[in-house]
Amino acid sequence: MEKKNKFVIAVYVDNKYGVLTRVTSMFTRRGFNIDALTVGETERPEYSRITISMSGDGYAREQLINQLRKLYNVKKVDVLVDDSIKRELMLIKVKYTSETRADIISASDVYRGKVIDYTPSEMCIEVTGEPSKIDAFIKLMLPFGIIEMCRTGIVALERGNTSLLDK
Amino acid sequence: MKITGAEIIIKTLIEQGVTDVFGYPGGQVINIYDALYKDSDKINHILTAHEQGAAHAADGYSRATGKVGVCIATSGPGATNLVTGIATAMLDSIPMVAITGNVPCSLIGKDSFQEIDITGITLPITKHNYFVNRIEDLADSIREAFAIAKSGRPGPVLVDVPKDVQVATYDFEPQGVVEKKPLPKANQDQIDEAIKLVNESKRPYIYIGGGAAGLGMGKDIIEFAKKIDACIGCTFMGLSAVPDGCDKFLGMQGMHGHYASSMAQKHADLIIGVGVRFSDRATGNTAKFAKGTKILQLDPDFAEINKNVNVDLGIVADVYDSFMRIAKGAEKSAKPEWSAQVEEFKAKENEIAEKAAKMAGDRMTPKMIFDVINKCKLPRTIITTDVGQHQMWAAQYSKFDTTRRFVSSGGLGTMGFGLGAAIGARVATNDPTILITGDGSFGMNLNELATAVTYNIPLVIVLANNGVLGMVRQWQNLFFQKRFSNTVLDRKTDFVKLAEAFGAVGMRAATIDEFEAAFKKAITVNGPVVIDTLIDKDEFVLPMLPPGGSIDDIIVEK
Repeated sequence: MEKKNKFVIAVYVDNKYGVLTRVTSMFTRRGFNIDALTVGETERPEYSRITISMSGDGYAREQLINQLRKLYNVKKVDVLVDDSIKRELMLIKVKYTSETRADIISASDVYRGKVIDYTPSEMCIEVTGEPSKIDAFIKLMLPFGIIEMCRTGIVALERGNTSLLDK
Repeated sequence: MKITGAEIIIKTLIEQGVTDVFGYPGGQVINIYDALYKDSDKINHILTAHEQGAAHAADGYSRATGKVGVCIATSGPGATNLVTGIATAMLDSIPMVAITGNVPCSLIGKDSFQEIDITGITLPITKHNYFVNRIEDLADSIREAFAIAKSGRPGPVLVDVPKDVQVATYDFEPQGVVEKKPLPKANQDQIDEAIKLVNESKRPYIYIGGGAAGLGMGKDIIEFAKKIDACIGCTFMGLSAVPDGCDKFLGMQGMHGHYASSMAQKHADLIIGVGVRFSDRATGNTAKFAKGTKILQLDPDFAEINKNVNVDLGIVADVYDSFMRIAKGAEKSAKPEWSAQVEEFKAKENEIAEKAAKMAGDRMTPKMIFDVINKCKLPRTIITTDVGQHQMWAAQYSKFDTTRRFVSSGGLGTMGFGLGAAIGARVATNDPTILITGDGSFGMNLNELATAVTYNIPLVIVLANNGVLGMVRQWQNLFFQKRFSNTVLDRKTDFVKLAEAFGAVGMRAATIDEFEAAFKKAITVNGPVVIDTLIDKDEFVLPMLPPGGSIDDIIVEK
């Protein structure tokens, strides 16, 4: 059996009411399992860009792309090359005491995080980076006590001077 | 000139060449019906008994002609009643436009009376759909709906129009009929590769599906088969694409396919798929399907290549163009060994049939019924069916003299499809139309008998009445140790009286002679006729490939 790989797919869709529902409804109907999905504006106001992270074999990837391309509001679908720039943002609230405060702040510094809120018993840190970096930071924070956290899912662009729309 | 949204809807339908629509009025489509009233000399509306019947009629209308079928329903329950009909069209790639009314925009999202999110509900069962909340977009949305419905791989499109948009006024200028988006032509490299596959093949099997059924290419297929000495088989949806009478044609393959057709497919070294999607009912267990056989697939839909089975070459383009270029480029060759092997399969099939006929004794078998129908039916007859055993018998035994003569729910398998579809097919073509149904399926939507009577639509309804849900019973017989859970209908319905109560003609046939007499009379009646045809409750549809099995597990006799 073919190995499951992680991959990222970028999709340009019409920036219209209900389009995201069409995409996600198709995932449900076809039984695709998505790890994460982000959506937002693009350089062209008439389009939104959806970034999908998924793990699966070559068959699953081909099916997902084919079914996406069939949707009427989908304008462009592409699997991003491995060395694409991928970023995710996380907000994480961590408990601290006078003994642990310095450790948490220095960990955050190493990860180029920012403490963006600070109360007598917890602080909220913003971290940006590749998903693996976010995962590692979460692991680091676990012993201190995570109160709440929120990840955005990946946004990604291929390197170089072209847009996916021109490809 | 400014006209109302409701008028724009009807004028756009007329502009798109629509001459017949099927539907049912209601609170949120009163304005559309008012506009229809004003243009009733240009567009004919058939009032069905139920919105589901309207959807199936629009579908049958399309299947019999290739035109886009149109149905109209009100908001809420009217719209949800279309759902099964829309899904039926979707699974069989039938071009259809469904128009629904909805509550005014100001009431949307408030759980208003008869409000339902029909675009949400139909997302997975339409090719695309529209919620038109601005009158400026109305005419173009309907035009786009027609373009999408008929372009590429066809399918249903729904347009939902809130009441306030129907009431508002806007400028309207009629435009031309939207054209099908032309499909790309295959590049020559692919065609050359396909020709190479064909030339190298010693045992080719041309495999015709629904994607070829409407293309009117029956003669071309036969010519190509003769040229390369191939045999021809088809899927359920490919029935009537190849007219009967050609000895290369082996009929349907698959779960209930002809023995010779399934065997030839198994033993072929090349399957030339034309508009097929390798559905599970056609392939059986895909892990065992076509092992060691090369597959060439011609289809307009790229998503069908490598979806259900892996193919050696998939050509995503205009199917007819690709086919004709391959047929032209392929070398003429005789394959006596392959022909002889196929003849052996045919001989074996005949042997099985003769044995079954001998075993039948005096009883009226489905085969005998279809022999009578084939012998007596008028030229250009359309055969529509419901779903179940009768449907498979119809698929196995019916003879077709031209294309688009078989109207049946293949992908979704919708019991209750037949009567609405038969009405649609007859209205569309005015050709003789027969409905083959069963007592289970007929019970689901027999209310449309009222429609057929009201509009005086001639239909011969052959009701294969066995008092049971035969197909499920067959599975219970074979795989559930005869535990007939809820498949014995044991109803007291008198279908002759029922037909008469609706104002139709009712007849009963308990023997094949009675059936022949009834059928011959029925085809002369100018209105619907129900022939209550009594058959044995333990008839089987054979052959059968058991679910999850392959051709090696074929069951040919009881």
